[in-house]
Amino acid sequence: MTMIEVRWHGRGGQGGVTSAELLAKAAFLDGYKGVQAFPFFGSERRGAPVKAFTRVSTEEINVRSQIYEPDVVAVLDSSILDLIDVTEGLKEGGKVIVNTPSKASKLQLNRGHVYTYDGTGIALKLGLLVAGLPVVNTTMLGAFARATGLVKLETVQQVILSKWSGKAGERNAEGAREAFDICSDL
Amino acid sequence: MNVPIPASKWRVSDEMTAATKSSKTTESSSNIEGLTGDAAIARALKQCDIDVLSAYPITPQTIIVEDYQRFFADGEVKTKVIPVESEHSAMSACIGASAAGARVATTSASAGLALMWEVLYCASGLRLPIVLAVANRALSAPINIHNDWSDSYGARDSGFIQMYCQSCQEAYDTTIMSFKIAENHSVLLPAMVCIDGFILSHNVEHVELLPDEVVRDFIGIRDPAQVLDPDKPITIGPICFTDYYFEVKEQQDRAMKEVFRVYKEVESEFEKISGRSYGIYETYRTKDADIVLLTHSSPAGTAKAVVDALRDRGERVGLLRLKLFRPFPAAEIGKELASAKAVAVFEKCLSFGAAANPLALEVRTALYEQPKRPLVTDFVIGLGGRDVPPTVIVEGYNKTKQYLEKGKAPFYETLGVRK
Repeated sequence: MTMIEVRWHGRGGQGGVTSAELLAKAAFLDGYKGVQAFPFFGSERRGAPVKAFTRVSTEEINVRSQIYEPDVVAVLDSSILDLIDVTEGLKEGGKVIVNTPSKASKLQLNRGHVYTYDGTGIALKLGLLVAGLPVVNTTMLGAFARATGLVKLETVQQVILSKWSGKAGERNAEGAREAFDICSDL
Repeated sequence: MNVPIPASKWRVSDEMTAATKSSKTTESSSNIEGLTGDAAIARALKQCDIDVLSAYPITPQTIIVEDYQRFFADGEVKTKVIPVESEHSAMSACIGASAAGARVATTSASAGLALMWEVLYCASGLRLPIVLAVANRALSAPINIHNDWSDSYGARDSGFIQMYCQSCQEAYDTTIMSFKIAENHSVLLPAMVCIDGFILSHNVEHVELLPDEVVRDFIGIRDPAQVLDPDKPITIGPICFTDYYFEVKEQQDRAMKEVFRVYKEVESEFEKISGRSYGIYETYRTKDADIVLLTHSSPAGTAKAVVDALRDRGERVGLLRLKLFRPFPAAEIGKELASAKAVAVFEKCLSFGAAANPLALEVRTALYEQPKRPLVTDFVIGLGGRDVPPTVIVEGYNKTKQYLEKGKAPFYETLGVRK
């Protein structure tokens, strides 16, 4: 059995829970038999650091606990890097994807193969806004596809388009593609 | 149990791509969606064509009510949706509607279920089939929105059938089956379909949905045994004092025992339309097991992963995953566990001051008559949503092994808590 565990870090309102769900859906379409996506609910409010989880597996998944040793960590908001060690428990050879304009080589993280992309920049350019604030969850899915190869960009775009209809869906799918193109570990 | 995967293997493999292509041909015939446990239950309720849904939203059950209200607002269901000011009223409205012959459902959790308490007994005492979906949540105080089983375990003597689900698929399937079980004339009892709050209620996974007409044909139209009808007035639930109350309760108990048979019949029919079945309990690698872990709901899934890992290390361990807690399948479980040396119970409920906790009490009773009684350990885990990682189950297993060597175990103990 091959199981991949993903931990999402963001702030309340940034759409981390939706990212976790959309990744699970994309992974299922890409042929993984077992998928799970679940949030960790503390006493959330908009802006507070939040966590969500995705598990994907080549077989049915039985385990139902939280994820302590992720294979991949996705960070929607780089300001969280100053607050918590997002790489805690990251497996040997694990990957960390951060939404930041900085280059991966400039980030000082405790462990992991680091990838970065400027999701906020893409969101502002394409108008991916909720209540006037940039939302980077769909761009992160594109970056995720690039950094891990676990799901295909086309599949990610497909689940985005089925989640949001019309122009909003198209803009988000375009955001995922741009993130896919610029995401880099350099 | 989760080995690191080298980065080189992370690429979507050729086999995976091939599997996707072949699965696409079958996709048109089956309908698979990514749904939370709550959403899966809402979809099942919609397909069961219920006449009345009366509910009050409470975390973590809220999505069920929200989704169903949306089906109603969009004209997708003909159900009479009754928003009420409390759970006491929610169940009361269900009782009235069910007595009038309607197919009815409600949903609750935690404090909401506690507020229903008085009326739960009315539903069962009046022999009214009502489906109550519970997203199990801890009871206050302190306030906690997360999962344990204190709410529905507290209602274990209320005369409701209780079925606990391990996956969103099972939650969907069980909701559909529950109407057919509850409405069966040998049963005529209300039924709880329980899922672990947040762990399942808010977890998105793939759920295979049956076509509407298949569900409709499977459950049919409710055939009430007796109907409250203004044109032919009758009185139901009048005073029964010392003369007949006891007989009514005797009959209720007999009806509960019928559930074993009816559950199996309904499920074998369900298997024909879905290819899926669960059993009143499930055994997992229990053959030749010295120690059998016994639990239900989400910890049972984690325990399966633990059993696999321990088996790889040569440990003789298995799992009995309970589905039906009310009625409790004591005779069958007694036989099933008779050859084990020890049974390790894991439960998310603490019964303050009791000899042991609700699940272990039942298991010990079920085993008491066995000629070679296995040792029973009782581990209270995960109260208030405290996570139950595989390590907690392994700790309980190791403790049970030590107690087995000593030949003596405490009545119960807590795991995964600061002491």
